[in-house]
Parts: sequence; C-alpha cells; structure tokens
Amino acid sequence: MPKVLLDWFYVAVFAVVGTLMAVLPLIVVWLLAPRADLPQKTITYESGVIPFGQAWAQFNVRYYLFALVFVVFDVEVIYLYPWAVVFRQLGTFAFAEMLLFLLVLLVGLAYAWRKGALEWV
Amino acid sequence: MPWLIELLKAIGLAVVIFTFLAVVAAMLGVYLERKISGWIQARLGPKHIGPQGLLQTVADTVKLLQKEHITPRHADALIFNVAPVIVAVAALLDWVVIPFGKLGDRVLVVRDINIGVLYFAAMASVTVVGIIAGGWSSNNKYALLGGLRSASQMISYEIPLALGILWAAMVAGTLSTVGIVDAQVRQGSWFMFKLPSPIGWFGLPFGILASLTFLTAATAEVNRVPFDLPEAESELVAGYFAEYTGMRFALFQLGEYGEMFGGWTEPHLQPYMWLLVTLGCLVVAAVILTTGLRQTLLVRPILMLAGLGLLLSLVMFFGTRAGLSQVLPSLMWFLAKMFALVFFLMWMRWTYPRLRLDQLLTLSWKVLLPLGLLNLLATGFVLTVWGR
Repeated sequence: MPKVLLDWFYVAVFAVVGTLMAVLPLIVVWLLAPRADLPQKTITYESGVIPFGQAWAQFNVRYYLFALVFVVFDVEVIYLYPWAVVFRQLGTFAFAEMLLFLLVLLVGLAYAWRKGALEWV
Repeated sequence: MPWLIELLKAIGLAVVIFTFLAVVAAMLGVYLERKISGWIQARLGPKHIGPQGLLQTVADTVKLLQKEHITPRHADALIFNVAPVIVAVAALLDWVVIPFGKLGDRVLVVRDINIGVLYFAAMASVTVVGIIAGGWSSNNKYALLGGLRSASQMISYEIPLALGILWAAMVAGTLSTVGIVDAQVRQGSWFMFKLPSPIGWFGLPFGILASLTFLTAATAEVNRVPFDLPEAESELVAGYFAEYTGMRFALFQLGEYGEMFGGWTEPHLQPYMWLLVTLGCLVVAAVILTTGLRQTLLVRPILMLAGLGLLLSLVMFFGTRAGLSQVLPSLMWFLAKMFALVFFLMWMRWTYPRLRLDQLLTLSWKVLLPLGLLNLLATGFVLTVWGR
C-alpha cells in the first residue's frame, strides 16, 4: 500500500476503534447502572422549575455575520496552506501574488469592520 | 499478509492512545486541575482516596459507570446520544499526527501524514459539531445557549489558530508535523526564537507574535478560562452538557481534556517562552510595581508570562544541558513540556475572570486576525528577501 493510503487507513482505523472505545463505557453503564422510570426524572432541567416552553424556539443567532466573515477567511486560510509550503521555491513573484490576495482580504475585513459587522449588537 | 499486520498495529496504537487519553489526559488532568486549584486557593484539594488523593478520579470514574443514563423526554434522543462520542473521537483523532519524541532513529508518531497540520486543524474543529449537536439536541435553554456560544467562539478562533499553525508550516516549508519538528532540530532552536539562517535570532519578534496568537487561540478553542463562556458554570449551569449524566458527561470531559493536552502539544507550540522573555517581563513588571501603577490590569498578564517563561526555561535549561538530553528520552521532554503548558492553563483559570462575549469576539476579529495575517506577511517577506 502506498504511504499516503496507509496514512488514511490508520486514520480510519482510529476513527472506528475510537468510536468503539467511546461506546464501551456506555455499554458497561447499560449493564451495570440501575434504571428506574420516574416521569419527573426526564423533565428538562431548568433550575428546578417546570420548564417554560421548548428550547427549540425561533432564535436570533446574532453572530451570523461573523459566520459569513468566517467562511471567507477560512477559505482563504485553506488557500494559504499550499502557498506556505512552496513559496520559497517559487520566489518573489509568488510572494507578491499572495500579498495582493491578502491585501484584498484585509480590505474586506476593514470593510466589514467599518460596516459594523464585527460589532456584537 | 502485510495489510493484516498494519491493521493490527493501527488497532493496537488506537487502543494505546485512547487509553493514554483516558488515563493521562482525562483522569490525571482532572486530578491535577483539582489539586492545582486547591493549591492556588490555599486548600488541600482531593486527599482521601489513595496517596495524596491520587485515586480520586479513578473512584469517580467507577462511580460514573454505575450512574443511570437519563435522556430527557423532549430531547432528540439519537443526536443526544451520539454527540459525546463525536467529541471523544475527534479528540482521539488529533493525536494521530502528534510526534511524541524520538526513540533512536524512529520518530514516535502514529502516522507522519504529509498534510499533518491541516489534518490537525480539521480534526480540532470537528469537536464543535459534537458540541453544537449536544447543546441543540438537549432541548434545554442553557445547553442551547452554551452550544451556540461555543459555535461562535470556535469559528472565531479557528482562523487565528490556523494562522498560527500556518506560520510554523511556512517557516518549515512543510505541512508534516514531524517535518516541522525536524526543521527546528536542524537549526538548533525553536522557531519561536529563531528563524532559519541567515535570519536567525532577528526572527524573535515574529516567532513570539505567532506563538502568542496560537496560544490565545488554542486556549479559546479548548474552551478554557478566560474563554470558557460555552460552559460558564455560574450563568449557564454547565452549558452544552447540562443534560448529560454519568458516563456521557465523562466522555465530554474526556474529549475536552484530550483536546487540551493535544492542542497544546502541537509542534511549534511546545516551544514557548524563553529566559529572555522572562527577564523582559520581570523588568516590566518590576517597573510597573515600583511606579505605583499597581492597579493596572497589565501586571497580571505580564507576571504570568514571566512565570510561564521561567517554568519553561527551567525545563529547557535542564533539557539542553549537555548529556542530560541523551540520558532522558525525548518522550520525557515531550511530557514535561506538555505538563508545563497544562499547568499554565490551570494557573490561568484562577487568575483571569471570564471575558464577555463581545470582548471575546473583538479580541479574535480585531486583534488576533489582523495581527496574525500581518505577521504571516511580514515573515513571508523576510523569508523571501533574506531567507534564500
């Protein structure tokens, strides 16, 4: 098997074995722990009072602008990874190109900042 | 059959590392946390079970194994049950690329994946899926708020974190974790203090800036104080795991401590403060203290940096003493650095108050992100112009 394939084979094995090892104590609990069905026990915890409505209500996720900015910058960072590895072989031109790319993004960040997208409202 | 051997090896390693995580990271980690908290608050901490209370977490685990699982009536049962497993497995997967040290000519690492640091960053962010799943599926308001806070925090700090990792990859010219360590060994010092020749020690400011960015972002990624808003005990009960009982709760804890130990041992992060920084900080602290600016908020972080520097320079001092580094295996140094950093995290917990959410986001987007990007550019510039 080529090394790269073998690497990911290991990762896959780790994921499977890890899942099994994480489930193992849950099985032990299932075997050992006592069970008693009391209706009060399965009520959602809300500081000891009867819960008011459900938590799955319409909810203003206030940071969705951050999430948008995040997507932009996360993609940008992904582009940076390959550049980071080879930029010294590619020389000044590659650096200048990346500089341009990052400057555009920095302008974008400045714009988001100025527009108040980074404020917690 | 070579593939069968590889399969058995992989299974064996997975079991060993999971056990290592459960015993060293989670059990010992919780014990240390309680003992160090006790020490800082001038009390004893656990002391009754085992010598110096060493078996306290073992006893706790046995207790948790006997606790009933409760799935709240209104929860989404499937997601609720899967979420803790996701968090634990994500923490385990991080460890695939972390080099533990060297044994003779062999590097102690599960797999030296060629895109190691990218893989690490990706796995570290899988945790957030488990956390949101747990928080949302509980159908509990505290848990939901905790999960959502966690999402905003983790996505905000993922970019500075990635920039910190990227910085090291850029200097080393490789994405492999083993490669990054090797590059630091070749030049005889951590990137934090020294860039590859001919830049050498002039690289100090870049290195320290990158490391500080990473340090802050890593603390936030693992939800530790002062960035522990997702689980803020005093306002959200326990945040996303408010509804979890017994062993499922323990799995969340395992994932969290596993991440904490893992995140902090990323290759360029083992390197930390050095004597120079310590001295600098001590001087600044002394100046501030003697000029009567005692109340300034600056004193605490500076003193803490100085303390961390001192701690690690002691580790390093003894580490680089001629001969000693040959006597003690590199695994020991790995563990020493790991525990020094974990101790620092626990120390920070009792030093800083929790940030507000808006402060947290400001720090990430308006300070760390521009700083990290500019640092990346500046280092790239220096490397392109002088580094060839």
